Amino acid sequence: MTSAQSAISVQGVSHQFGDAGEARHVQALLDTSLKVVRGELHCLIGPSGCGKSTLLNIIGGLIAPTTGVVTVSDKPVRGPMPRDLAFVFQESALFPWNTVFENIMLGMTFQGVAKAERRDRAHRALEAVGLLDFAEHYPGQLSGGMRQRAALARALSLETDILLMDEPFGALDEQTRMVLGEDLSVLLARSKKTIVFVTHSLGEAVFLADRVAVFSARPGTIKQIITVDEPHPRKPSFMTAPKFHALRDQLYDLLHDEIRKSMSETAQPRRRYDQAGAAGPTTEPTHD
Amino acid sequence: MTRLWSRLVQIAFLALLLLLWLLATRVEGVNRILLPDPADVWHQFVDVISSGAFIPDLRVTLGELAVAFVISMSLGVSLGYLISRSRFLIKVFEPLLAAIYAIPIILFLPLYVLLLGLGPDSKIALGATISFFPIVLSTIAGFGYVDRRYVTAARSMGANDLQMFRYVLLPAALPVILAGLRMGFTVALLSVIASETIASFAGLGHHIVDLAENMDTARMFAYIVFVIAIVVFLNTVMSKLEGRARWR
Repeated sequence: MTSAQSAISVQGVSHQFGDAGEARHVQALLDTSLKVVRGELHCLIGPSGCGKSTLLNIIGGLIAPTTGVVTVSDKPVRGPMPRDLAFVFQESALFPWNTVFENIMLGMTFQGVAKAERRDRAHRALEAVGLLDFAEHYPGQLSGGMRQRAALARALSLETDILLMDEPFGALDEQTRMVLGEDLSVLLARSKKTIVFVTHSLGEAVFLADRVAVFSARPGTIKQIITVDEPHPRKPSFMTAPKFHALRDQLYDLLHDEIRKSMSETAQPRRRYDQAGAAGPTTEPTHD
Repeated sequence: MTRLWSRLVQIAFLALLLLLWLLATRVEGVNRILLPDPADVWHQFVDVISSGAFIPDLRVTLGELAVAFVISMSLGVSLGYLISRSRFLIKVFEPLLAAIYAIPIILFLPLYVLLLGLGPDSKIALGATISFFPIVLSTIAGFGYVDRRYVTAARSMGANDLQMFRYVLLPAALPVILAGLRMGFTVALLSVIASETIASFAGLGHHIVDLAENMDTARMFAYIVFVIAIVVFLNTVMSKLEGRARWR
């Protein structure tokens, strides 16, 4: 694979939280390598705590890996790269004190978009996710699914080539999640964006992904990569196709042992490290 | 409907108190020096307001309150912000400040009077000391426990330090800080008036003690009503300001 094709390249990345011997020491990732091709939707799936969210945060420059190198569009990642990639987080992370519209405008302010352009781009992004009528609502006034659409709109307005999505539909009910998945597939077919998508859901991974990287239990590393050869946009009928089920079963077989392994390690608070991994240098204690 | 009813019952309760007061003075014949006739209190109240006799004392009290509050607000918010920037400092100072806040700081009034005299300075010092604690503690809580997700999201979109403060930390912390400021304001007001009644030359608290010592109870009651009205008014203004900054 030449570098012209690869949007993201991860080489030999390991990461540990805390120092060896400390109580909170966790080896989250071990010697992981991955290439994400331009324009593909690449899912990361694996048991809780396998380091898939940590890897996403490392790609996004929110965490510096203990060892290894990540390049995004052939540039080495040394911190957040707001012009190259945009995040969509699990619980939207929209600012509750701003309206949906203000949230989107603010993202562009942070990114450094010229003032004159912001309004137009916010408008287009809201249109793309079907939320124009809710521009003046506060996030607290929206349903979970609408909040995630708004978060997606904020990410789209940044007009990056790459989207990093950290279980964006994880907190939603299954129906909403399926509909948003279909919308995302349509969007992907239209926009040619490169998307890295962390998920727990086998069905979601098969439905959305061009390729799925299956992680082993902690310390996480990529066990195998499965290709889903089906063009976008994908229709709901894909979910009932024999191919869908075969792939889903294959994924389940790969994951099954890893999930058992990870469950036997219950002594440690697994999810916390997986999610709050995006710690960074500021020191506020988290409270979620 | 229940709202209307609860209002009615509240009004009826106050009316009942007034009625008991009337009965005590007019039927039971309680000593007028201990408990003045409500009508006398009312006349005195009207006189206090219409003559403007309250103005010099109100000016002293509000002046002390304003200076005390500005001092405790600037110190409390800035120190609270600095402490909130480091997890270590939070760990050291939050329990310490909370512990000091729990002791009755009015005990320091004699010391302040000794150091600063009977004038406004000792009242300002006490008001500022007492109100500093809720303000600094709420500022630490506001800035120190901003939801990680918002900080991370802003960082991923390229927010610089100034933008992070202005668009993320400040709006996230503001409701908590304002609650602390309101509480600080209330305790500053209480301690300024209380310290005026204990040792001073002027102010509403001092005037009330003066009237009590001259056995001018009806006028004293009128002044008490006046102070209550001022306090209710100021607290309402503060609550309104606080409510406006809350996010939906």
